[in-house]
Amino acid sequence: MSDHDILNPKEMPHDPEKATLEGKNKFIGFWFFLGGETVLFASLFGTYLALRNSTNNGPSSEDLFGLGLVFIMTMLLLTSSLTSVYAMYHMKNNDFKKMQVWLGITVALGLAFLGCEIYEFYHYIHGYEFTFRSSAFGSAFYTLVGFHGGHVVFGLLWFIALMIRNAKRGLNLYNAPKYYIASLYWHFIDVVWVFIFTVVYLMGVL
Amino acid sequence: MTENNTTDQLDYHKQKKKEEMKQQVITFVLMIVFTIIAFAMVQSDLDALFVIPIILVLAAIQVGFQLYYFMHMSHKGHELPALMFYGGVFTAFLCIIALAVLVWW
Amino acid sequence: MSTMVANQKGFGAKIWDYLTTVDHKKIAILYLVAGGFFFLIGGLEALAIRWQLVEPMNDFVSSGFYNELITMHGTTMIFLAAMPLIFAFMNAVVPLQIGARDVAFPFLNSLGFWLFLFGGIMLNVGWFTGGAADAGWTAYAPLSTTSPGEGVDYYVLGLQISGAGTLIGGINFLVTIVNMRAPGMTYMRMPLFTWTAFVASALILFAFPALTVGLFLMMFDRLFDSGFFDPSMGGNSVIWQHLFWIFGHPEVYILVLPAFGIFSEIFSTFSKKRLFGYTAMVFATVLIAFFGFMVWAHHMFTVGLGPAANSIFAVATMAIAVPTGIKIFNWLFTLWGGSITINTPMLWGLGFIPTFTVGGFTGVMLAAAAADFQYHDTYFVVAHFHYVIVGGVVFGLIAGTHYWWPKMFGKVLNDKLGKVTFWLFFTGFHLTFFIQHFLGLMGMPRRYWVYLEDQGLNLGNMISTIGALLMGVGTIVLLYNIVVTSIKGEKVSGDPWDGRTLEWAIPSPPPHYNFKQTPLVRGLDPLWVEKSEGRKGITPAEPLDDIHMPNGSILPFIMSLGLFIAGFGFIYQKYDLSWLIVLFIGMGITLGAMLTRSLKDDLGHHIHKEDLEKEEAGE
Repeated sequence: MSDHDILNPKEMPHDPEKATLEGKNKFIGFWFFLGGETVLFASLFGTYLALRNSTNNGPSSEDLFGLGLVFIMTMLLLTSSLTSVYAMYHMKNNDFKKMQVWLGITVALGLAFLGCEIYEFYHYIHGYEFTFRSSAFGSAFYTLVGFHGGHVVFGLLWFIALMIRNAKRGLNLYNAPKYYIASLYWHFIDVVWVFIFTVVYLMGVL
Repeated sequence: MTENNTTDQLDYHKQKKKEEMKQQVITFVLMIVFTIIAFAMVQSDLDALFVIPIILVLAAIQVGFQLYYFMHMSHKGHELPALMFYGGVFTAFLCIIALAVLVWW
Repeated sequence: MSTMVANQKGFGAKIWDYLTTVDHKKIAILYLVAGGFFFLIGGLEALAIRWQLVEPMNDFVSSGFYNELITMHGTTMIFLAAMPLIFAFMNAVVPLQIGARDVAFPFLNSLGFWLFLFGGIMLNVGWFTGGAADAGWTAYAPLSTTSPGEGVDYYVLGLQISGAGTLIGGINFLVTIVNMRAPGMTYMRMPLFTWTAFVASALILFAFPALTVGLFLMMFDRLFDSGFFDPSMGGNSVIWQHLFWIFGHPEVYILVLPAFGIFSEIFSTFSKKRLFGYTAMVFATVLIAFFGFMVWAHHMFTVGLGPAANSIFAVATMAIAVPTGIKIFNWLFTLWGGSITINTPMLWGLGFIPTFTVGGFTGVMLAAAAADFQYHDTYFVVAHFHYVIVGGVVFGLIAGTHYWWPKMFGKVLNDKLGKVTFWLFFTGFHLTFFIQHFLGLMGMPRRYWVYLEDQGLNLGNMISTIGALLMGVGTIVLLYNIVVTSIKGEKVSGDPWDGRTLEWAIPSPPPHYNFKQTPLVRGLDPLWVEKSEGRKGITPAEPLDDIHMPNGSILPFIMSLGLFIAGFGFIYQKYDLSWLIVLFIGMGITLGAMLTRSLKDDLGHHIHKEDLEKEEAGE
């Protein structure tokens, strides 16, 4: 397949993300990377579980966590997962504009989630004087949730960069795999969050 | 004739994608319901030892939905991604067991 | 043609070529040179350690410097010598063995190398800023979290950066082997070196994230005052040990499995037989990898996990002896009845079998948890892991160097000098480490700076040091051999060993597109299949056509440089927050390079059919 066909395909195939060898490599490689990320987050979860009661006479999870905000954050992130599914649906139908719109909604929801998280951390630090340095529990909590937040930031930057870069030229076989793996990354962030709200917040107030 | 064929095929694929999208929306609704159940169980006065296993199972099912419907792991061509992802899950399981159980032994 | 152009270019252009290369064969050379350099540094550190221990109460080095030496020797040899040298051979050989023109992610391949190199330099910067890391290569907390100065900070950040490079390299090889195999190259026709590279890469993928997290926690504890490993804040130092060994044990197999692969190729080639029990060998490789993840706590028997946990991990550890034994017997049966050529690579292979078997036996001894309370932290352990790491990995790497040197550089290393190297190194190795089993059983603890007179340890230590010197001389002969061969050696054909696998079907060194036409693989040992049917070369799977190749790029170098700079910001902000500027500049460089990579299209280039035909006619 020549460069011209990749950048200006006459007809989009049904799975544009896997139409080129580069696309297939990215698809497989990114899934493998997510396998490694699973271990990364598992190590952080394990550390958190080991240290969740080590409050060092500082605030404990029961004192801190309010489920209202966590519920809102969960809904935001879950919904953003669905909107990125919609984006990929339109990508497969070769409807670039709609895909960009749905990704825009995904980014907006992600930003709202991030805002809630920043508010939450601010609240803990100033309302409870609960910081990264308060106790082993504090270190483990901010590291686990912060790593997830860092992934959200990176995912958002990734989406935004892709949307701006390709705004004028539309979908082709070169950028379709990029959109696809960015959305895989976004789903994985949601996968991690499902365990964070269950293990950290829900089990934290029990 | 060939033109007809390709349009037929296009329609077929479009139809399939639409059906899949419908499944994904149903999955999403189920995930929301599961989340609400989990939050409600924690808010209720049930025993922690009863609640924790249930919310963990609900979380696992939700993650399964994400993987198989949202991330298309149910599609063809995902055998190796699944193998490596579950390899990661296996190692993850060992890490969590080690750190959650063995550290304070 | 490509080599001719390279010769005509100036020195600066050549350097630029290597800085920007995404060609797996050039990256292999970079890994070989950098890994070899760190191997020499690690070797010098080892000699200094042995010289300090040559006599009782010696004062060759100070106690603090001795701690730095043992720490940096272990860290350098594992992370900066053995790993990159294995990546050198994986890069040089795996794409050729599966009939591919390049790896799946050439850009990431280059990024992996530069991250490793800058991480390695970072680790060694400590020597010049008031002391390198001194908490042992395992860096147990709280020794590491309370170690003064910046030595351990350099350890943490250096390993973090080079670890990221390794992870990237691992994913690259997994995808290469999954997606880039030539037509007919089914999984069960892959040469054993490719199989072991595949399994080792999977181990990298699952093991390195645990180290990444461990290093982050260590960094937060040292530089940002968190409390993961600090009991006064409710932390627990055993967390580090678990994370380190969840990574650390699979790491041993990451190193030794590719070495097994190298030996399998060598035994088969120089016995003129297909590998005995190929299927069993593949199965054993996978099984070793699987077990490798479930045994990490055998490094922690004396921590106090309790008899139940210790028993489980003891039994799991002993189970690994079974697939390893399968391998040993299969190698012996490959030799059995073969038409054997004893040259340098084969000699290393023959030396490897008994040596590694001894290491395996002591491994089973150490796996018995109750007995381990006696062996733990003595020279018995030091002897054991040098028998497996040197006897397995280093022997394998040197064997591989002699075996694949002609493929990488087009010249065969001098066989006579190679045999001299082998006998010096092999004798020196056993002199150094065999006696250490007994020093350990007599109670000599590892990592001690001095020992007393009249404890019966003098002679053993003296012998051990003499052995180490012999290994040093052997290494010098190897270097001399490389220099002499490079200057005087004669060019050889693409197939000097009468080889069996695809890499021997193309010229040495290979053209930068490897295969003019993608080969058609018709069985295990595909080149041998063709030879036995009377054909000279391999059957092509496609007509001659344009070849698509990736473009070079300087961005991997810049990304790694940015992280290197940021590392200094991370460390020195603990004294003065204005160093945060350095951190931001470094991260800015890296993220800027990543953004550039994301925004600029890179579609690669084509080598045209006409040029390939012209080249053929010119030959």
